[in-house]
Amino acid sequence: MTDDGTVSTAAPGSVPTETQWDLWEVFTQEGQGAPHEHAGSVHATTAEHAMQNARDVYARRGKIVSLWVVPTTAIVASAPGDAGPLFDPGNDKAYRHPQFYKVPRGVRGL
Amino acid sequence: MTDGNGEQETGNRGPGDGWIAGARPSTATSGVVDNPLVESLLRLADDRLVLGHRLSEWCGHGPILEEDIALANIALDLVGQASMLLKLAGEVEGKGRTDDALAYFRDAVEFRNVQLVELPNGDFAATIVRQFLFDAWDVLALEELAGATTEALAGIAAKALKEAKYHLRHSAEWVRMLGDGTAESHQRAQRALDELWPYAGELFLMDDTDRAAVAAGNGVDMEVLRPRWREIVDQVLTEATLTIPKGAFAPRGGRTGRHTEHLGRMLADMQSLARAHPGATW
Repeated sequence: MTDDGTVSTAAPGSVPTETQWDLWEVFTQEGQGAPHEHAGSVHATTAEHAMQNARDVYARRGKIVSLWVVPTTAIVASAPGDAGPLFDPGNDKAYRHPQFYKVPRGVRGL
Repeated sequence: MTDGNGEQETGNRGPGDGWIAGARPSTATSGVVDNPLVESLLRLADDRLVLGHRLSEWCGHGPILEEDIALANIALDLVGQASMLLKLAGEVEGKGRTDDALAYFRDAVEFRNVQLVELPNGDFAATIVRQFLFDAWDVLALEELAGATTEALAGIAAKALKEAKYHLRHSAEWVRMLGDGTAESHQRAQRALDELWPYAGELFLMDDTDRAAVAAGNGVDMEVLRPRWREIVDQVLTEATLTIPKGAFAPRGGRTGRHTEHLGRMLADMQSLARAHPGATW
């Protein structure tokens, strides 16, 4: 059954038609000032529905103080094939990394 | 038992041809305790214990993973509330009965829940409509009880209120989605409302025990609550394009131990392990 009540006509063995609800990505914050971190995803029909499902799946245990839900389709991801051009140039220039520099003893608050 | 319109007022028959068929209350009543506070606590606790157990029956059978988890969460909330209330009831009673003793070693005639919560789950729409009718009542009742004279009761109510507000948000959203969804979801939600609406009336009945609890500052005046409940329910049902059924069928008796045949079967399932292995821990 699809969600308009009609019976799916997909042939046996064929790839099933998409009957799942939309996917939403869930971000949880564990304390004031902490970053919202990606927790996982939920299926839901509306933003309110996504918020409730996110709460039930990811926020019932642990000290969550804030939730974000974002339609998965709103996320623009880098392509795996772009990893070289996007990320490699930084790796062979060690002086670009903070670890390259020694912090003098006695410096506080870094 | 064949027509669903329910003109009789006696509560001596089940409603129509739906999944509730056979909801004929027994006439037995016993196990009435003489302490009004204990009695009130049992009524509050048993609504939650029975509804929590019914919801737990969905575990592993939910329509979608997220909702399966949601229903199990709500079931756990309700059973947790029941546990606290039963523990308090046992302490106030002073006869050494623990929460487990009260949950697992009372028979159906000693249970004080409304019949609404003991009815079989039916389909998902029926489970949701029942939950919504209960949750709207529960939030209002707990708001009142959070100011109870007995501090322990007030504390439990305040904690439970936070949970109940989420339960209502969840069930109300689902009532809207089902009622204002597809033709089939609307039809199922309306059928559920037709069958369950008469049972909601029992939530608002008052007897001497309730009046004693109100007088002692540990009860809720249901007459005051009812119009506020109707306001919440009407608004959501209107948004859900669902129609409140007409009819005078008004089952009652759960608060004094008269239950449908469904409770006994449910308790047989719920209590069998504890009765087969009394005192077992795991």
